Amino acid sequence: MTALTPGAALEPLTYEITRADLVAYAVASGDHNPIHQDEEIARAVGLPGVIAHGMYTLALVGRAVAAWTDEAEVLELGAKFVAPVLVPAEGAARVTVAGTVGDRSDDGLLTLALEVTADGTKVLGAPKVTVRA
Amino acid sequence: MPIDASLVGRAFPPTSPVPVTTEAVTAFATAIGGGATATVPPTFPIVVTFAALQDFLAAEQVELSRIVHGDQRFRYERPVVVGDVLTATLTVTGVRSIGGNDIISTSSELTDATGALVCTATATLVHRGGA
Repeated sequence: MTALTPGAALEPLTYEITRADLVAYAVASGDHNPIHQDEEIARAVGLPGVIAHGMYTLALVGRAVAAWTDEAEVLELGAKFVAPVLVPAEGAARVTVAGTVGDRSDDGLLTLALEVTADGTKVLGAPKVTVRA
Repeated sequence: MPIDASLVGRAFPPTSPVPVTTEAVTAFATAIGGGATATVPPTFPIVVTFAALQDFLAAEQVELSRIVHGDQRFRYERPVVVGDVLTATLTVTGVRSIGGNDIISTSSELTDATGALVCTATATLVHRGGA
């Protein structure tokens, strides 16, 4: 676990997403949008291929935050989905969650400044995380 | 079909209550690549939030495959725990059109069985226009 000192770098964590993960996530979340499963439908609506649920990527942020903070209570979590995470039919997309510890408020709330990329491309915009840690 | 801008400000009926069970939390945590955990993942409230979004899209006859998630934010009053029964009530907070796409902003209040607010979930959906 990284020391949560304002300004400290958080160890980048990389996760893989496969098509099988997207199938399991659709069942677990209830989001059966076919753009996350079906190449033809994804292309028909103008996407470059099957993309991960934005919420899958945000869930990975949740995992990284839990790992960095020893499962601290999360008070705020959110982001814009600024670029799709393309998930190939074979193999996996790789999402890296990195960042630095931000400010600590007087009441003990800590913000984390994050950078979330998939194969080098920034995929989350204005990610916001506040924890009690 | 464009989204009707007069929807702004309208609150939709609450979703069916969603019980937060160990099985549901384990399936969710496993799907996102984590192991079994006693802690409910912070994005787990998307389950009931998505139910509210889906009810809204069905009511407006919007095809899910034309929707891309643009933004999602959660503000938690307390952590969600196994045993909670959550209900979401969605309000449309904005509709605008950019480059042939409709941008729909929503805010859902997630309440527990006592009616107490647990989490506010704001979502922006991009409705991709075109053919």
